[in-house]
Amino acid sequence: MNATLAILSRELRLALRSGGGAGLGLAFFLMVVMLIPFGVGPVPHLLAQIAPGTLWIAALLACLLSLDRLFQADFEDGTLDILALSPMPLEGLVAIKAFAHWLTTGLPLVIAAPILGITLNLADSAYWWLVISLAVGTPALSFLGAIGAALTVGIRRGGLLLSLLVLPLYIPTLIFGARCVTSASEGMDVMPAFQLLAGVTLFTLALTPIAAAAALRMHMR
Amino acid sequence: MTLSVSNLACYRTGRLIFSDQSFTLDAGEAVMLRGPNGSGKSTLLRALAGMLPFEGDVVLNGVSLGNDHDGVQEQIAYAGHLDAIKPQLTVGENLTFWARLFGGGSIDDAVEQFALAEIWDRPAHACSAGQKRRLGLARLVVSARTLWLLDEPTVSLDVETTARFAAIIKKHCASGGMALIATHIDLGLDTPREIMLDPNVVQKSAPSNDPFLSEAWE
Repeated sequence: MNATLAILSRELRLALRSGGGAGLGLAFFLMVVMLIPFGVGPVPHLLAQIAPGTLWIAALLACLLSLDRLFQADFEDGTLDILALSPMPLEGLVAIKAFAHWLTTGLPLVIAAPILGITLNLADSAYWWLVISLAVGTPALSFLGAIGAALTVGIRRGGLLLSLLVLPLYIPTLIFGARCVTSASEGMDVMPAFQLLAGVTLFTLALTPIAAAAALRMHMR
Repeated sequence: MTLSVSNLACYRTGRLIFSDQSFTLDAGEAVMLRGPNGSGKSTLLRALAGMLPFEGDVVLNGVSLGNDHDGVQEQIAYAGHLDAIKPQLTVGENLTFWARLFGGGSIDDAVEQFALAEIWDRPAHACSAGQKRRLGLARLVVSARTLWLLDEPTVSLDVETTARFAAIIKKHCASGGMALIATHIDLGLDTPREIMLDPNVVQKSAPSNDPFLSEAWE
């Protein structure tokens, strides 16, 4: 327990200090969503129609931004070697680091999304589901990203490769997440999409620690 | 408490680094690992720490590295070329993190032995190379492990600190610990045993089981 808290508090501290990139994802999210009305034009009904998809795609890209440093920084300065010798199993380490990534990247997006919904003229009935679907879906983005980050850990400038690996894996979360919000705005039944979204997240939470730890071991041996 | 290594061989990217290394370490012993550049000192230490594939038997206190990987790793503290320090955190935060993660060692002891009190609140990026090295080595004390694997631990340390570090190794050994130290200098330990690694003249290639590498070098 003490080791878990030690790693978690260190991850949060590093993310919030300079160069940690915690605010980067949020700023990117804000910028992208604010640009959409300029590009599409001030047509309220059109914006309302594309709002769910736009918010979800922007959230997904914002999550990707800081993923490449998830294990790379620790790999480069030798910390990963020492962590491998620590009492904390690599599976646990992966789960804690991905959770910390969600706390510093995913959670701010969940909080900022409803405010940005206003700029896209999102339907009133969809705000709650926007927050709920992002809250349930974004952990899957951080955890799937952790697999990609572990696979590309030894590669210089692996950030682009990471995006190519991870973006296809994000598709189910994107489809069901955006569907949740669209259904809510059109007054349709939200539950089918929401249950699938939650299912994808639960599956990812269970799979990621094992997959990413296996990838890290492969790189270290 | 013993470490016994028999017929250890290591390959890297299909090239034999060393083979037929057999030696033992008894409780309280510090052994020097010597050899010219490229003779495989770092590789041997990383293999013993379970961070590289190897052939042969490595048994630490009755636990075999081949069978119980984690069981051996739980008894090892490793200090390599990299100090594993986060530049954004202060010296104190770095050390406290390792102490909480490993549990068991005393932070006060580490601070006193490596004279870290005066730089405790300094961000690690503002430390000199020698100060960072001291912080990196202090991790050995807070992690309280039996076997220390040290790869060139005295790089960028001044004479006084090197002597101080030798005393710390002696203290570790006196309390039943073991240390295997790859170094080119004389640390000033009392009659330390030495293991010589010869550069491998015969460039034997490995029987690779990597499907992507097989026949790649033929």
